[in-house]
Amino acid sequence: MSIAFKHVDYTYQAGTPLATPALTDISLTVPDHGYLAIIGHTGSGKSTLIQQLNALLKPTAGEIQIDQFTITPQTTNAALKPLRQHVGMVFQFPESQLFEETIQKDIAFGPRNFGASVDQANQLATTMLDLVGLDASYAQRSPFDLSGGQMRRVAIAGVLAMHPQILVLDEPTAGLDPQGRQEMMALFDRLHREQGLTIVLVTHQMEDVVAYAEQVAVMQGGRLVKTGTPQEIFQDPAWLRAHQLDVPRAAKFAQKLAQRGVQWPAGLPLSAEALADSIAQQWPQGGGTHV
Amino acid sequence: MSKFIFGRYLPLNSVVHRLDPRNKLLLSFCYIILVFLANSWVSYLILIILTLGAIAASKIKLGFLMRGIRPLIWLIIFTVLLQILFSPVGGQVYWHWAFINITQSGLINAGFIFIRFLLIIMMSTLLTLSTQPLDIATGLASLMRPLRWLHVPVDTLAMMLSIALRFVPTLMDEAQKIMNAQRARGVDFGEGGLVKQAKSLIPLMVPLFMSAFNRAEDLSTAMEARGYQDSEHRSQYRILTWQRRDTVTWIIFGVGLVLILISRRW
Repeated sequence: MSIAFKHVDYTYQAGTPLATPALTDISLTVPDHGYLAIIGHTGSGKSTLIQQLNALLKPTAGEIQIDQFTITPQTTNAALKPLRQHVGMVFQFPESQLFEETIQKDIAFGPRNFGASVDQANQLATTMLDLVGLDASYAQRSPFDLSGGQMRRVAIAGVLAMHPQILVLDEPTAGLDPQGRQEMMALFDRLHREQGLTIVLVTHQMEDVVAYAEQVAVMQGGRLVKTGTPQEIFQDPAWLRAHQLDVPRAAKFAQKLAQRGVQWPAGLPLSAEALADSIAQQWPQGGGTHV
Repeated sequence: MSKFIFGRYLPLNSVVHRLDPRNKLLLSFCYIILVFLANSWVSYLILIILTLGAIAASKIKLGFLMRGIRPLIWLIIFTVLLQILFSPVGGQVYWHWAFINITQSGLINAGFIFIRFLLIIMMSTLLTLSTQPLDIATGLASLMRPLRWLHVPVDTLAMMLSIALRFVPTLMDEAQKIMNAQRARGVDFGEGGLVKQAKSLIPLMVPLFMSAFNRAEDLSTAMEARGYQDSEHRSQYRILTWQRRDTVTWIIFGVGLVLILISRRW
């Protein structure tokens, strides 16, 4: 098991009149090399949940097991540094974390904090710059001269440079153009498949969930209301809408066809490819019938 | 961030919360004068009763309010120690070494200063806990209005103040987010020696300034796009009205003032 939550509660400003419960009784497991997508509408506790993953917030009750690390309400900060290296966090709009004079220095910042030598860290910076699709000429430029999308890439390179085993992504593609979005998601998928990174993705893009996630968790009001594979979760569009969640476009289309009497024996197709395949299978050889 | 009680607003529904912010500002100001008028144990007792009464009326728990004092505790201890060690000779001398005298009057004065600190911090914490920052700004602007005759740009100052206050929570959130991101990259805030701690602030301050300037630019664009001009006479969305309860607070204050003047050592 890569990640295991056991009855985790979290309350903001616990013990003051401003106390607000944000997570209630979360139990959840992610297998080694898993890919979990967390969905839920704004304020459902997604961001609070992922901050537990490298103990930026510690649970007020319950226990979290992350590989060899155990986090309980009593865990001290000193024990957490190796965990922070183990779990890489890409926050919403990560470009706001850039601060160094050069891109190379900024990417090397994380590895340096975890004890890499200057040479090692610079070497890593070069590798990571290439990995996120920026050429070596960027290394000595200021991160503040870049476009928004490029800054995002540099920030993500800075997280990947720490060689985390678990990568947590909080809406990593928000505000990117469609091409940038696709490239970004493809990069994470490659890291997942080729380097065996465990990925936890918070997103509002249901198409990404269908395309990449192996496991989906649905949050509402600080509780985990449903877990399952994307196939299981997206079979019930009515339930999703009731929880203010979007349905993948292909599934919407398939549902409209279902209303016109088309049958989907294998369940609603969720991606454009699956939709096309199922339609092709059902289409009588030679064509001619109307649906 | 959650440690700082001072400067925060605690939304409750109490008489104190509903008082006119102008009134609360004036009261707090006059209260400080009152604190410095008091110079005998009885007068401090009266002040303590007044203060506890105001806190009780605000429905804010005393323990929560006391936490506001914690960040200032070293300042208080430092001042009290200065008072104890270096006060001029007066009354009985308990201990003497070189230029240090611990005297009876020194100890008493130290006690008074401790109480003064405590009372003033408690009352001003009560003011911010029970008044929304924007109300404080509106109240201040309204109190400064007469300065217009001296060509002080009161409206512009009020606008600046309310914008500044408006962005405090936003920038606090922003700071928290950046701190989280940098912590995740292995920065230890508030650990290690002074130099290390100061260095760990750079990854926080640079992005925070960047974001503050960006926000300022966005805001000024948005204000200009909507035709803001600072010389215009602007009407107020929130109109402050003086209620009967505001008058009542001054009656209580007046009684307190008289009692303190009587019990004061002249």
